[in-house]
Amino acid sequence: MHRQSPILRWRRYPERYRLEGNKCLECSQIYFPKKELCECGCKSFVNYKLKGEGKILTFTEIKSSPEEFSEMTPYCVGIIELEDGPKITAQIADADVTCLKVGDKVESTFRKFTAVGDSGVIHYGLKFKKAKSSIN
Amino acid sequence: MEKIGIIGVGATKFGELWKHGLRDLLAESQLKAIEDAGISERQIDMIFTGNMCSSDFSGQSHLGSMAAEILNVNVPSIKVEAACASGSVALRQGLQAIKSGEADIVLVNGVEKMTDVQTRQATTGLMGAGDEEWEGFNGLTFCGLYAMIARAYMHKYKLTREQLAMVSVKNHKHATLNPIAHFHNEITVDQVLNSSIIADPLTLLDCSPITDGGASLILAKEEIAKKFESPIWALGSGQANDTLSLHARKSLTEIPATTHAAQRALMQAKIGIDKIDVTEVHDCFSIAEVMAIEDLGLVPRGDAGKIMEEGLTYFDGKIPVNSCGGLKACGHPIGATGIKQVWEIVKQLRGEAGKRQIHNANIGLTHNVGGTGSTVVVNVFGRERG
Repeated sequence: MHRQSPILRWRRYPERYRLEGNKCLECSQIYFPKKELCECGCKSFVNYKLKGEGKILTFTEIKSSPEEFSEMTPYCVGIIELEDGPKITAQIADADVTCLKVGDKVESTFRKFTAVGDSGVIHYGLKFKKAKSSIN
Repeated sequence: MEKIGIIGVGATKFGELWKHGLRDLLAESQLKAIEDAGISERQIDMIFTGNMCSSDFSGQSHLGSMAAEILNVNVPSIKVEAACASGSVALRQGLQAIKSGEADIVLVNGVEKMTDVQTRQATTGLMGAGDEEWEGFNGLTFCGLYAMIARAYMHKYKLTREQLAMVSVKNHKHATLNPIAHFHNEITVDQVLNSSIIADPLTLLDCSPITDGGASLILAKEEIAKKFESPIWALGSGQANDTLSLHARKSLTEIPATTHAAQRALMQAKIGIDKIDVTEVHDCFSIAEVMAIEDLGLVPRGDAGKIMEEGLTYFDGKIPVNSCGGLKACGHPIGATGIKQVWEIVKQLRGEAGKRQIHNANIGLTHNVGGTGSTVVVNVFGRERG
């Protein structure tokens, strides 16, 4: 139901399309997604664009998926530690589970996610793929 | 401090109950608990019902009213939601209501009707327990989240796939001894390894099933409970919360909320973890039981695999875990799970657990997790008031 809403996804374009997080003006902690209250107690932030490079901390290959992902199943999802600090959840594109290892370097890539609902609205966003330097 | 007693318990059969709707499950478990206590529904001062997805799976919100309507009463009746920990959080509200002095006798329910929707729809609904904007958007499922935990844990502690499978094998064995369990078949390590992969490295037999079921408890303040034949006493209850998303945690191989909730519950009960005779932990996926027994301090960090191999967590072993069959094999009707865990502890402490009875069970512990460790409740119960 909610996953068909283009508005719900549109609201997060700066984060989803450009990896825009924020940085605390007091202690310089970087957050993604953005936070309103820093762990240090400060409420003043500046937008911060993350570099989109990092390494895989863990991953899985989803074989039994939610409805709207059925066309692309199976697909890999991982938790990635970005070089700027934050950890994020992202799909790992162009990969199957046999070619991934914990610690692999990855970089962000703009991709189609899902087309859902009667109107077939297409959601886009950033996935990650193995960095050129880590492909043998 | 004044203690609260459990004077009645009731549970439905767990399984794919095609003839039972949400209301039928709730009615059956409520009436069984009231009958078990031997009280009248008119004596109940408040009702709390733990449930996660009634709106998604049955199109029905407002379960508080439904629970009261079934009993023809008009006392305050409230639905409590905390994903898979909904039942235990509802129980905590019941304890608080008695402690506050507003209620003397409280009915606590847990219920989930899951099989009226298809598996894919259930999978989507359950993702509401995670971070929908960042985990759900990326196509994650709950099995996927725990699969990532399993891979991180196996990488760090050299847990083998076979050791992990032994959790499910043990819980299926226990379920054959529990009449209400969803499954009554034993399984082997090979069957776990060779069942279809749901989210690598977890297979179908690493996962708790989609189950319908309900469970209920009657709580009473000390002065009332002590007049009953064999009340089971709530000695301690702790809850801790953590981030909604898994990626925001500092570690992927432990659940700090479990440790914090356990410390709070044990401190209230004034006992150490070594005094626990019987434990029910939240094994929504096999890896979850591995982490739970370590986070609770039942076994040293990194040793769970070896402990599984040695068979110490069977109901007749040194550290009995999930004698009812756990979420894996007794079934996991989301909101009902936390209450069913208490139901099992009450059965064990009363000596009513039949073929799965643990000898000299005097103190029991329940551990119920919402999401990937975002909400954790740990409760301690005893035959003696403490």
